[in-house]
Amino acid sequence: MTGLFQLFPNPWIGLAAATGAVMGFITVNALFLIWLERKVSARMQRRYGPTEVGPFGLLQTLADMLKLIGKELITPDHVHRPLYLIAPVLVFAPLLALLSLVPINEGWVFHDFDIALVLLLAFSGLNVIGIFAAGWGSNNKYALLGAVRAVAQNISYEIPLLLAVIPIVLMTRSLSLHEIASAQSYPFILVQPLAFIIYFISATAETNRAPFDIPEAESELIAGFHTEYSGMRFGAFFLAEFTNMVIVCAVATILFLGGWKGPLLPGWLWFFLKVYGLILVMMVFRWTFPRLRFDQLMTFAWAILVPLALVNLLLTIVVLKL
Amino acid sequence: MTQPAPTMELVQDPEDRDTYYMNMGPQHPSTHGVLRLRLHLDGERILDVDPVIGYGHRAHEKMAENRDYLQFLPNTSRIDYLSGMIYNLGYCQAIEKAMQIEVPERAEYIRIICGEMNRISSHLLWFGTYLLDLGGITAFLYAFDDREKILDILDSVTGSRLTYNYGRFGGVSMDVDDTFLRSVADFSEYFRKRIEEYHKLVTHNVIFRHRTRGVGVMGADLALDYAVTGPCLRAAGIASDVRKDEPYGIYDRFDFDVVTAEGGDCFARHMVRMGEMEQSLGIIEQAVRDIPEGPVLAPKVPKRIRPPEGEHYFAVEAARGHFGMYIRSDGTDVPVRQKLRTPSFVHVSTMPAVLPGTMLADTVAILGSIDIVIPEIDR
Repeated sequence: MTGLFQLFPNPWIGLAAATGAVMGFITVNALFLIWLERKVSARMQRRYGPTEVGPFGLLQTLADMLKLIGKELITPDHVHRPLYLIAPVLVFAPLLALLSLVPINEGWVFHDFDIALVLLLAFSGLNVIGIFAAGWGSNNKYALLGAVRAVAQNISYEIPLLLAVIPIVLMTRSLSLHEIASAQSYPFILVQPLAFIIYFISATAETNRAPFDIPEAESELIAGFHTEYSGMRFGAFFLAEFTNMVIVCAVATILFLGGWKGPLLPGWLWFFLKVYGLILVMMVFRWTFPRLRFDQLMTFAWAILVPLALVNLLLTIVVLKL
Repeated sequence: MTQPAPTMELVQDPEDRDTYYMNMGPQHPSTHGVLRLRLHLDGERILDVDPVIGYGHRAHEKMAENRDYLQFLPNTSRIDYLSGMIYNLGYCQAIEKAMQIEVPERAEYIRIICGEMNRISSHLLWFGTYLLDLGGITAFLYAFDDREKILDILDSVTGSRLTYNYGRFGGVSMDVDDTFLRSVADFSEYFRKRIEEYHKLVTHNVIFRHRTRGVGVMGADLALDYAVTGPCLRAAGIASDVRKDEPYGIYDRFDFDVVTAEGGDCFARHMVRMGEMEQSLGIIEQAVRDIPEGPVLAPKVPKRIRPPEGEHYFAVEAARGHFGMYIRSDGTDVPVRQKLRTPSFVHVSTMPAVLPGTMLADTVAILGSIDIVIPEIDR
């Protein structure tokens, strides 16, 4: 186990530092991304978006977050209290572990595990439990429907996602994110375009982003699994969604776009440029497409993405063995 | 066909562990107001649906029995607030027909222009909110931007943006000027390009097609059985339009097509409405070209509006379909009975026939595609 973690004499101090850094990043990143999302959507819709608070409305989301924090946390009477209360934590906690695995530059990673990729995919699967706890614990039919949809969707899309990642692992013979990124003398998207597309579509579905935002389809399910949440509990789901976007895009950057590699600019800047570039694409998706229907979404995963990913995997194996 | 009366409670049979009841509305983002649907669901599949109406009831019909005809006039545009102009002018035409009042030429043309502009704005609002129902938010704002232009133009002559009270028995309340006619012509030119853009953005979108093709099929038989009218009937392939079938006003002078589509599904209804907007533009262009000079209000309208004793019926093609006004007069200032036949009421009654078997997400898509306006259902 290597990484920045080793710089600290005491593992507890290292853990505290990592958690602090990650928490700080999550907050700042979410504030920025929400602002960006509002600006992007506004520009696409011939509006201005936030302009009042701070330069270009940059501080608007900060004001919104303060408002959310200041709100009373309402717990409806009819909820299953333990599940209801723990759900936002369950959704949020895995993100801390996830972000500390992501290398943002040569050697800039908190924990450089040999099996970081497996850990990352496993932890990102955990947030389904939180979402389901939220939907079930809310004791509300709309929330339950949203939760059921979320579970079905996340489990379905995890499979093509994994199948799209495996060719890269086969090519580099490594599960370490750091090594995979280092191994790319050219971005792997050039040799694995199909895997990238499958990964990116599945990742959009994994993060419950439109056009796959079926668990929280506002026109049918009001707000889906977080219907009954208010204040910062709702804020936790919101933060988690935006942090998840960063994580899936960071993994895409590392696996397919060469991580921090790029000419002229420093590595970390390249890394973030690529990550936020991908996030911008996701945002454009959201504001362009209508929502799929639930059964169409499942058909798309099982009848199109999974076979495609399998074919791609087989081709990769054949080419590698030749 | 007997339907059990809608129950207000969501009764759950304790033996039944597979299905459940869910309440959609009266406060729900996609019921377009205060409509309540009592859904019986198996997972996400709809087994049965009861539309429960009455949450927006304002007793327009009863109000008509308590005031004279002119006093009822402002009510008309509040029945269907999205095509208020058509309702308002239609009511005037009904009274004019009953009392045989001649309307000046110029007023007839102004009525055509304003009515068709109102129809476009209504269809635009439908287009925007329908995309919103399907989860496409951007098109909604595009549509509202264009609708705003219509509202501004109508505002400049009528003084109101939504609930117009522009019609008068024997004409319209205000004359229009050249600025108005020019802005209408400009809008028409601009909007033709926009419709093409909408087709590119929405009609050709693969997800939109998947969501609407073959969904909520309201075939010709079912549509006729339930007396469905307007775009919903035309989407089933039946060319029925009051403007063509029994032309009122001066619609017989204009050259336009009755837009129909095949299939009767949500996509067909979308195509019909998009086509109708183009046809309305055509009518507006002809009207702006031909509009004569002259007065806009008939000189000899009786001071007291007293339609002759008996029954009077008049129908217009509103944005949602056949709007009929049945007036029974006893020769006094106040009608004995005034029945308003509104399209959305009929359309929402088809829901128990159309919805079962579809998915929950389709409920929103179908309900949106028939374009209901709640105050018009409840009047």
